Amino acid sequence: MKLNTNSNAYIIIYSAIMVIIVAFLLAFVSQTLKPMQDANVALDTEKQILNSLNLRGLSDEEAHATYEKIVKFNEADKVYECTLENGEVKYVLPLKGQGMWGGISCFLAIDSDKNTIYGAYFNHESETAGLGAEIKDNVDWQKKFQGKTIFASDAADAIALSVEKNVNNATTVDAVTGATVTSTAVSKMLQEQLTKYMDFLKK
Amino acid sequence: MALFSKQNKEAFTNPLNLDHPILVQVLGICSALAVTSQLKPAIVMGLAVTVITAFANVIISILRNTIPNRIRIVVQLVVVAALVTIVSQILKAFVYDVSVQLSVYVGLIITNCILMGRLEAFAMQNKPWPSFLDGVGNGIGYAMILIIVGAVREFFGRGSLLGFQIIDCKDFNNGMMTMPAMALILVGIVIWVHRAYFYKEK
Repeated sequence: MKLNTNSNAYIIIYSAIMVIIVAFLLAFVSQTLKPMQDANVALDTEKQILNSLNLRGLSDEEAHATYEKIVKFNEADKVYECTLENGEVKYVLPLKGQGMWGGISCFLAIDSDKNTIYGAYFNHESETAGLGAEIKDNVDWQKKFQGKTIFASDAADAIALSVEKNVNNATTVDAVTGATVTSTAVSKMLQEQLTKYMDFLKK
Repeated sequence: MALFSKQNKEAFTNPLNLDHPILVQVLGICSALAVTSQLKPAIVMGLAVTVITAFANVIISILRNTIPNRIRIVVQLVVVAALVTIVSQILKAFVYDVSVQLSVYVGLIITNCILMGRLEAFAMQNKPWPSFLDGVGNGIGYAMILIIVGAVREFFGRGSLLGFQIIDCKDFNNGMMTMPAMALILVGIVIWVHRAYFYKEK
């Protein structure tokens, strides 16, 4: 008997079976690979935090071991407390903002005086490669944050740290060339998100 | 039928020259422009498309006599979408940094015209083995162009290849090459060279 593959009943049954098979298949793949993916995401975050502490270019194992040894998450203040190998204490603040095309984020490492910046690492979801994406790819640009201060003076209450075109002083970092929107977004993220840490910074 | 009969060989070699998906049919251009600013994502993308085209072709070819004609495009889409999702999950689990780099473009393989084109034009009429060869051929044809364009753009745009710095200049950054517009011009040049020197009308 030859099936009539154009009858309505056949089409409905065919699509139903197809969808069920595909659904089970995808659910199975997703469940099997999820632990590995979660581990990758977690490891990536650990690496980003270490990058902000100027510990770059570590292999996966080294990064994880180092992270375990020096970084501790402080639930109360929502900051990462890090004790470097030479005994110095640094704080890493996770910041999130909106870039040109998608989200941007930052790990900002500060000294124990809660003012001087020790290092910074930026990440983005979909900034333009070669332009906005430079905030992540251009290590030299990230290094420009080192030594800058969050506040203009110890007594000041306003966040002074910012990114501006052709300005380079104690609290301002020069913008990325050709990425004005992303640079402005980074500046806005620093201002807004650091304000939320004001209690911690002024404690 | 022999595994490597004349027809089967043609199914594999045609897409590399006479029926090249990018150079002759000018399909799949969008992703070819987007992921070629560096060599590594271009290679991974080419590989992913090759694998997905080959397996989607085989699956559709096996099912070709059972697929109701009226919903055949839907069935093709479901097969492609399922394969793409699996590949993107695998990339995330095993080569996380590459999957971050490719970001949305792996998902966009679903809408790659090369895939739908091959499923509709070849796999619906042919047996699994020739369909597999056709898929691999088209995938390699696509990957070839991605790798050429990716290598040129990375070398002239950043002075590096596969991430290794070749031109040793601290701030080497040629924005014109890294912008997507240059990929279009490069693809155009490749098509021109192919037409002028390699392409022979049947």
